[in-house]
Amino acid sequence: MALKIVKGSIDRIFDKNLQDLVRGIRNHKEEEAKYISTCIDEIKQELKQDNIAVKANAVCKLTYLQMLGYDVSWAAFNIVEVMSSSKFTYKRIGYIAASQCFHEGTDVIMLTTNQIRKDLSSPSQYDTGVALTGLSCFVTPDLARDLANDIMTLMSHTKPYIRKKAVLIMYKVFLKYPESLRPAFPRLKEKLEDPDPGVQSAAVNVICELARRNPKNYLSLAPLFFKLMTSSTNNWVLIKIIKLFGALTPLEPRLGKKLIEPLTNLIHSTSAMSLLYECVNTVIAVLISLSSGMPNHSASIQLCVQKLRILIEDSDQNLKYLGLLAMSKILKTHPKSVQSHKDLILLCLDDKDESIRLRALDLLYGMVSKKNLMEIVKKLMLHVDKAEGTTYRDELLTKIIDICSQSNYQYITNFEWYVSILVELTRLEGTRHGHLIASQMLDVSIRVKAIRAFAVAQMATLLDNAHLLTGNAQRNGICEVLYAAAWICGEFSEHLEDPVQTLEALLRPRVSTLPGHIQAVYMQNAAKLFAAVLCGQEGGAPASSETAQEISQLLIDRLPLFVQSADLEVQERASCVLQLVKYIQKLRLKEVQVGEEVTALFSGELNPVAPKAQKKVPVPEGLDLDAWINEAPSESESEDEKPRAVFTEEEEPRYTRTRHPEADEKELAKRREARKKEQANNPFYIKASPTSQKGYQDAPGVEHIPVVQIDLSVPLKVPGMSSSDQYVKMEEERRQKNKAEKKKKDKKKKGDKRGRRGRGDLGPESEEDITPAHMVDIVTEEMPENALPSDDDDKDPNDPYRALDIDLDRPLADSEKKLPVRTHRPLESPKSPGDEEGRGRVLEEPKKKGKKDKRENVKEEKKERKKSKEDKKKKKHKHERGEEPGEADQSGELTEAAAPPSSTAGEASDLDFWLSSAPTGPPKTQEAEPAAAAPGSAPKTTPDSAPGLAPASEPEESKDTEPEEAKSSKHKKKKPKREKEKKKKKKHHHHHHHHGDAGGDESVQNGTVEEEEPLCPMSNYILLAENSYIKMMCDIQGNLQDGSQVVVSIIFENKSDGFLKSMEFNVLDSLNTKLQRPEGAGPHDCVTVPFQLPPGVSNEARFVFSVQSIVMPQKLKGTITFIVKSEDSSTHEKLDFKLHFTCSSYLITTPCYSDAYAKLLESGDLKGSSVRLEGISMPFHHLLAMICFHHHFSVVERIDSCASMYSRSIQGHHVCLLVKTVDQTVSIDAKCDESSLLGNVLDEIKLTFSQC
Amino acid sequence: MIKAILIFNNHGKPRLIRFYQYFAEDMQQQIIRETFHLVSKRDDNVCNFLEGGSLIGGSDYKLIYRHYATLYFVFCVDSSESELGILDLIQVFVETLDKCFENVCELDLIFHMDKVHYILQEVVMGGMVLETNMNEIVAQVELQTRMEKSEGGLSAAPARAVSAVKNMNLPEIPRNINIGDINIKVPNLSPF
Repeated sequence: MALKIVKGSIDRIFDKNLQDLVRGIRNHKEEEAKYISTCIDEIKQELKQDNIAVKANAVCKLTYLQMLGYDVSWAAFNIVEVMSSSKFTYKRIGYIAASQCFHEGTDVIMLTTNQIRKDLSSPSQYDTGVALTGLSCFVTPDLARDLANDIMTLMSHTKPYIRKKAVLIMYKVFLKYPESLRPAFPRLKEKLEDPDPGVQSAAVNVICELARRNPKNYLSLAPLFFKLMTSSTNNWVLIKIIKLFGALTPLEPRLGKKLIEPLTNLIHSTSAMSLLYECVNTVIAVLISLSSGMPNHSASIQLCVQKLRILIEDSDQNLKYLGLLAMSKILKTHPKSVQSHKDLILLCLDDKDESIRLRALDLLYGMVSKKNLMEIVKKLMLHVDKAEGTTYRDELLTKIIDICSQSNYQYITNFEWYVSILVELTRLEGTRHGHLIASQMLDVSIRVKAIRAFAVAQMATLLDNAHLLTGNAQRNGICEVLYAAAWICGEFSEHLEDPVQTLEALLRPRVSTLPGHIQAVYMQNAAKLFAAVLCGQEGGAPASSETAQEISQLLIDRLPLFVQSADLEVQERASCVLQLVKYIQKLRLKEVQVGEEVTALFSGELNPVAPKAQKKVPVPEGLDLDAWINEAPSESESEDEKPRAVFTEEEEPRYTRTRHPEADEKELAKRREARKKEQANNPFYIKASPTSQKGYQDAPGVEHIPVVQIDLSVPLKVPGMSSSDQYVKMEEERRQKNKAEKKKKDKKKKGDKRGRRGRGDLGPESEEDITPAHMVDIVTEEMPENALPSDDDDKDPNDPYRALDIDLDRPLADSEKKLPVRTHRPLESPKSPGDEEGRGRVLEEPKKKGKKDKRENVKEEKKERKKSKEDKKKKKHKHERGEEPGEADQSGELTEAAAPPSSTAGEASDLDFWLSSAPTGPPKTQEAEPAAAAPGSAPKTTPDSAPGLAPASEPEESKDTEPEEAKSSKHKKKKPKREKEKKKKKKHHHHHHHHGDAGGDESVQNGTVEEEEPLCPMSNYILLAENSYIKMMCDIQGNLQDGSQVVVSIIFENKSDGFLKSMEFNVLDSLNTKLQRPEGAGPHDCVTVPFQLPPGVSNEARFVFSVQSIVMPQKLKGTITFIVKSEDSSTHEKLDFKLHFTCSSYLITTPCYSDAYAKLLESGDLKGSSVRLEGISMPFHHLLAMICFHHHFSVVERIDSCASMYSRSIQGHHVCLLVKTVDQTVSIDAKCDESSLLGNVLDEIKLTFSQC
Repeated sequence: MIKAILIFNNHGKPRLIRFYQYFAEDMQQQIIRETFHLVSKRDDNVCNFLEGGSLIGGSDYKLIYRHYATLYFVFCVDSSESELGILDLIQVFVETLDKCFENVCELDLIFHMDKVHYILQEVVMGGMVLETNMNEIVAQVELQTRMEKSEGGLSAAPARAVSAVKNMNLPEIPRNINIGDINIKVPNLSPF
């Protein structure tokens, strides 16, 4: 052995180290690859040795090679070996290598779990640090789940060095294992106030990252962050917080108001540009959120714009860039303030720095108006000419098109000008955006009817000069415009001056070099032109039939070239057209007039359809798209054929259009008639607008356009290439003329005020008295008639951050406070029955998340754990818990209610109070805003996230999670269902063997019911009182933290047509039970319900009662008074109710373990009692579930038809039940240390079962 | 979040790469090439921000870089990071390198990539800024170096001697080139 070691170290001497490797590579520049491959061979040899130092050296070299692009994943196992070395030097090398090349797909990662756990708990802080850093790079969902607890513990490490790393890595853990977020959050929040600035900064960092993705869940932290912002001097922290506020303000406008003042102060005082910049950014965000009429903030806008101008004018390019960036944010809401700096921005367009020019371009988008559009575009066109480098030029091109086409061509007053701009853009060489220009051409000529004549003329010249565009192979991108040109000429051929020439241009042999899809369009439109020419000829003098003959011949001569095309589409269309022409020629020889019939092939008009139209067609009632239309689907049928079958009717018109019917014309006409009728009755058919339903030949209503005729005979500079400049000039003249006219009109007082026609044309232009040259009838994009207006179809369901959308304000049930642990790991914690389920669930969790809203049943699972460590944990948690319940309860409500109830103090009401003390004071209208935000957030309050976190808890501190769920789910009309999963004993045995040291009390039992048949939905909410105005449902829960408190949650539902306001809640206190009223209120005062109810809306409020003795049930009389405000009247109403505090409501579901349970029973302190229930026909597990649900028990152990159950009162009474069932008879033997309590509970159980 | 940190020289040779999101090796090299292509054609007096890296990130991401003598330090970050803050972080990182290597130059990075990684680990962790205080970073790095030394280091003295022997016949190793003005202060930016 010793010899081996010596040998190893001698070998080592001759091994290359990293420096040798680098040097070697540098010295073998010519044959680097070869040299490296020999090195890799050496490394492979080294890795085979036992000496860990040699291995570490080899791994170190591999890390270097990885950087050079060599795949080193084959050495993953060796990396793990090096990671597990006991020496820090080697360990560090291993971790670096792992963090460079491990990823989720690396299979050896699962081998690292225990090693990492060992390193995390290492006494050396650097071992821990290195492990944390490494883990942060390659953490997987498995690692995150297994190590979350260890990392959470490290967040309270004594060394700040470890603390800050542990805090930071939590973000990665949350991402991979979202279930850990809720349990870890309290501690994370604590770290915001850590004495060490590094830790604090790390915590701010993590929360900011979290909040950026799901800001609404972090609103309640606003006061804390505000405090930090005003107290911190660390610019890093300040920047992060200020950025965070930027994300929060859109959700809570009151926050914005509160922020403005300190931010403005910071802007004035700070010398750090980065901080100044972020402040300005956030102020902008605030202003955007407040944008609705806050005149007094114009000063802030001015301040921002002014500061930004200073940045933009700065010689530092970075500041200039950022200034422009921020400016573009203001632009959206306050375009006026930015427009005044147009000079500066136009100047930036000339900057030598491309980044800055691009930013300036972005700004231009918002700075255009009808007045200056032409001027700005002219300037951009100059840049296009000057621009070297295609990227920037392409960017310019898209910007020009963006600017012009924005909001339905709002700023274009002269479409001739725009079309000529588009034509000019086609001269760009090598642009990638040919299709963009093409689609603009199509869009404009389809939607702006008045421009068609002009556009067609332009397109015809473009087609004629096609060789200019296609001459160079590199210009390929631009030939897309020919697609548009051909289509426009064909479709609107009635505007063509010389259709024959254009037809000829379409059929040039050169065309066959164009891309296939363009040729196909050429063919189709050649046919259209042919039809148009024929028709024109027949209408005219008979002498011209020669021309018709000529073009038929032309087609017959030229088409065969395309019939041979390699492109199928071209081939097919060409041969179709060819046959058609031949046939027509034959007919014409017989002197048959076919012109009209041929045109009929192409009649009808295409309307632009909104991109989302198809998606918005509502599914008609009773149509199930997922159902098979025909029974017995054959295997071969592909899935996507189904919807087509459903929508054939819709697609039909398209088919008929392109089809060349062999059928005779009469038949065709008949079919068309039938189709039209069908379409008229078909709600799903996208109908053409009335104008467009006119025949093809009808002039598209241009005559009602009152404006100037443009003289098209103006000579163009280049043949076919119009210069846009002349339109600029013409437009100016026109405007002057218009102005003059307008003046005259004004003198005459009201001239005829012509309303503008067309939906697309557009908004008030009070600032400028420019009337568009064409009162353009912009055809708007069509949508199905009953399209749903929602716009929520842009959400990405795969967003990894969605899983982190977790309500953090809901109080943590104690069972959640510790993360679930997989028990087959050698943990100190003993295994417990929930684990198996926990693991199973983790797998299905992501799926559930997505479907959360649709889920009908809230799965609920209860797990019990017992941990030897628990006691320690509990102490740590203690002070957290002290502040938590109140705050969490209330802030949970913030998302549900407009404002939290005033009856209890908590953090959310703090938030509200804090916000309401904003300088301006919230006006009443704003009350509604958080409420409006609430519905959006409500469905995401993750009713299942609580059970989703496999709980681990201790009997005395557990709080039931189910009422929480019941509450949140209630609003969504979903009933919680109890389900329990069977524990898998086998596996537990297995664990047991493995980790005998783990405490091993395996006796734990849990709800062991596996049920298939569903249990009828249960709700804790019972009807409290109801009249024609209001309905109240209530649920009563003991308060875990305070043995003398009971929380009553009441859902108020407005059943009337009016608004319910000023609701006041009052009860007559008894000696034993008292309503807790706000401080300063007398014992008989009302408690105001903290919200108002619009018609049909329900909301929940909670009231806290203090109770002295809980052994007896209690009934309290109460009244709710409220004002019903309908449109014309308001009346004062009241409703009496009786609150029934049952003894069960004083019980709290508390898990218990069978050994503890046995001890409890043995102790002899308990008094017994029993009850028999006859005629219970429900399955045993349903029975248990009902007892658990309604009476807050938990199952300790179940054997066949016998189960032991446990619960605990808020004052610590133990209640034990032994439930047995034989033939519809259920006997319950019960023990409790308080006999009257027990008696009452048993009575209540009896009542429950007698009711069902 | 920082998505990637790339250090390469004026010729695009990588000196350190650190991706905080998984990319396969060939993709990594492609990203380096693309980034180099974007960055290298920019003058020194233009701004340090760059959009348009198509391989890495997307619209939410920016490249923020600094050019020191022969080296480019490029950080790819998303919108949650402050642009000027990251510029400052690069400065802090380079100054730290300067302190740890005593007048850092490209060769230090070439031959001691591992050490650069160790330093970077103390600045950025898993894509998030860990520490911005240079003294703290240097102190932690030094403590760890000391720990390594106490363990005898990776290559103890004999190996060094041998490596000298191994290199006897090789052409002269290039002399250290100083990066020169490494302590350029960010204009108008007060230190964090």
